[in-house]
Amino acid sequence: MPTHEKALEGVKVVEFAVFAAGPMVGKHMAEHGAQVIHVESRSRPDGFRMHYPPYKDDKPGLDRTGTFAFFNDTKYSIALNLKTKRGTEVARKLVGWADVLVENFVPGVMERLGLAYKVASEINPRLVYLSSCNMGQTGPKANQKGFGSQLTSQSGFTDLAGYDSDSAPQLLYGPYIDFVAVGFGLAAVLAALDERERTGRGQYIDLSQYETGVEFIAPTLLNYQVNGTMLPRSGNRHPYAAPHGAFPCQGDDRWCVIAVFSEEEWQAFCRAVGKPEWATDARFATFAARKQNEDELEQLVGKWTAQFTPHEVMEKLQTAGVQAGIVSRLSDIFADPQLNHRHVWDQLPHPVLGPFDYMGPPFTLSETPAEHFRSPLLGEHNLVVCREVLGMPESEIDQLIAEGVLE
Amino acid sequence: MADETGRAAALLSPYRVLDLTQEDGWLCGRLLADLGADVVKIEPPDGDPGRWHGPFYHDQVDPEKSLPWWAYNANKRGITLDLDTPGGQALFRRLAHKADFVIESYAPGYMAARGLGFQDLHGLFPQLVYTSITPFGQTGPYAAYHGSDLIAIAMSGFMNLVGEPDRPPLRAILPQAPMWTSMYAASGTLLAHHYRRKTGQGQHVDASLQAGMLWALANAPSFWTLSQQDLVRAGTQIVGRSIHGARMQAISPCRDGYINFIIYGGEAGKHSNQAMVAWMAERGMAPDWLKEKDWDKFNVATSTQEEIDAIEKPFSAFLATLTKEEFGNESAKRGILGYPVNNARDILEDPQLAARDFWKPVEHPELHAAFKYPGRFAKFSGSEPRDGRRAPCIGQHNDQVYVNELGLSKQELASLRQDRVV
Repeated sequence: MPTHEKALEGVKVVEFAVFAAGPMVGKHMAEHGAQVIHVESRSRPDGFRMHYPPYKDDKPGLDRTGTFAFFNDTKYSIALNLKTKRGTEVARKLVGWADVLVENFVPGVMERLGLAYKVASEINPRLVYLSSCNMGQTGPKANQKGFGSQLTSQSGFTDLAGYDSDSAPQLLYGPYIDFVAVGFGLAAVLAALDERERTGRGQYIDLSQYETGVEFIAPTLLNYQVNGTMLPRSGNRHPYAAPHGAFPCQGDDRWCVIAVFSEEEWQAFCRAVGKPEWATDARFATFAARKQNEDELEQLVGKWTAQFTPHEVMEKLQTAGVQAGIVSRLSDIFADPQLNHRHVWDQLPHPVLGPFDYMGPPFTLSETPAEHFRSPLLGEHNLVVCREVLGMPESEIDQLIAEGVLE
Repeated sequence: MADETGRAAALLSPYRVLDLTQEDGWLCGRLLADLGADVVKIEPPDGDPGRWHGPFYHDQVDPEKSLPWWAYNANKRGITLDLDTPGGQALFRRLAHKADFVIESYAPGYMAARGLGFQDLHGLFPQLVYTSITPFGQTGPYAAYHGSDLIAIAMSGFMNLVGEPDRPPLRAILPQAPMWTSMYAASGTLLAHHYRRKTGQGQHVDASLQAGMLWALANAPSFWTLSQQDLVRAGTQIVGRSIHGARMQAISPCRDGYINFIIYGGEAGKHSNQAMVAWMAERGMAPDWLKEKDWDKFNVATSTQEEIDAIEKPFSAFLATLTKEEFGNESAKRGILGYPVNNARDILEDPQLAARDFWKPVEHPELHAAFKYPGRFAKFSGSEPRDGRRAPCIGQHNDQVYVNELGLSKQELASLRQDRVV
């Protein structure tokens, strides 16, 4: 019996957050019904409104970047000069209003803004306060600034990607680790909100993005401790599967992937590629033999795949019960029938960007699906927030505008 | 709801989770357990098949010695149950009656064929939150397709952006899509829990490995939306920073490995670049033109490849003279935007993690040893993480769960054992 209520309806979130790791926690809460106010500043705008393409028509501009839009849909934007005393007062009112505060500055910034947890919890003891930063709030490197594109290397991911141990490790695209911190941060906030329902008290969450990344590679850390060895970079190969990798297809830089784990899958694979004799060929008949002759096996598989498009390979092999897929390009993921079936994309009109494809959460909820409205222009909701959220009289709002507190 | 000290139960401690996942879903339960939930891992009588995947402790192939099993099933309890038998199915319903969450990662339809699908259990226990983790999701044109990490990473679009442009796209050697998907599935599970608290209604959380990796693409999809740009992988370089398509070197060789340092623009980039040049100047490795460069006028977003290549040359030469540790310490002190490319040893020895008491010693009584596990993923002012508990041995908590908690008699349990239901 859907009640048409959203999962987080009634939950109020204020974000003092920039780039991805903070704002994406708010985005996922917003698309599930929370009211999220993204506090910005015109004098010091979010880096994703400034220095990062893509821009509409390649022309930079605060409301022209796809990156900011992509991470901030379904939120309200207030542009507030926090360097002013009155600006801080408005911010503190928002702290009093909110259930959740999300910030991802370097440690010390919120304190300088007069919005440290100690202050915030005095204003609002029920507040759940998430601080997400690269290294965590404590420790000798706590104050180090940095971006996810590099932190991903510090937390061990880069070392695990590469063609072999002798050549350079390969970059995982983007600020990979930021979005790892987002998933963990979201779970942390939701758990703390649940506790608050029972105790009436909020709490402080100190999340180190570095540490969340380390959670994803735990087996290699145990392996080094107990066996003294490190897993070698080895392309796309897998200790329990062969063939297992990306193979060339028809088209310019087009690839498919194939993974054959069990004996049953291997038999099915041989039949599907029209080479039933491989199943009894001494070079490939057993898993051990396939691993030993993997170079040769991969060459033969690549010769077969090169005759087809990635889609053709996927369909032929999946029909036979073998794991296979296309190596999707960006254009492919927009056309992907499965992702579209899951309503991953939500195209909404944006006054500057035009029709813009927003992306939903990585899961679907049967009763309370995600819903979006477009990302805000900078300061678009200054008046709405002051009037409707904070209940300010018009005279006060006029004064804030005149003094440049509302930017 | 209070523990012995009278303190209110922290985070998720009032809740019970039945965890039926295989490898693709292990982290979901681990995360909920780290948040205090009582997570009961339910395995077939001969153990979870993932227990047979290494690396293993001392390279001994043994279902109790799989390191991935240890890593992602710590802090859970473990029982066995054969879901293929009517007796096992009935017992599962009794367990579900006392549970708040069910998480599972069987192929779509597998649980329903045993009378244990979402619809079946929702009919019996409308409050139950039921989370499924599969390669492509519960419904849709690819729902019946087979998949694993490699297939999901490829079909999410992520793989095409990793690796050298003239070589095949790459995955990491440890599975990533299962980690991403399980982590976000835990968040989805808790969102559903919030809805239940208000309405009393459970629901189905449907997580897919393919969709679970999509956010790893960060802003890349917006390049297609705004400018129909199909980004391609760039090996050790970064793409998507310049409207002219210039690429910045990210991974550079150093004396004992690699360092990830990128030239940035903006305020943060200016300070970082200046600090780097100052450090190079101390070692006599900064050319005059670089010392005099006006970083205020440097804009990465409009930079050309020629400009980037010229700036990078002296930086690369300098990085080649450093060790990873030296760069890690100095970059922190000097405010340089970059980090070493750490391996497992570097991470285990990092003083930052030690200072934050990140590692949790987990006892392995059966081996008379304790190992350092990654601790709870965040620090909560309201609660201490409980002591780390090793992943369960096969059927370790059968007596505790079936007899003490579910109220079966010892004889009943013995007969279930005889019938190989548990």
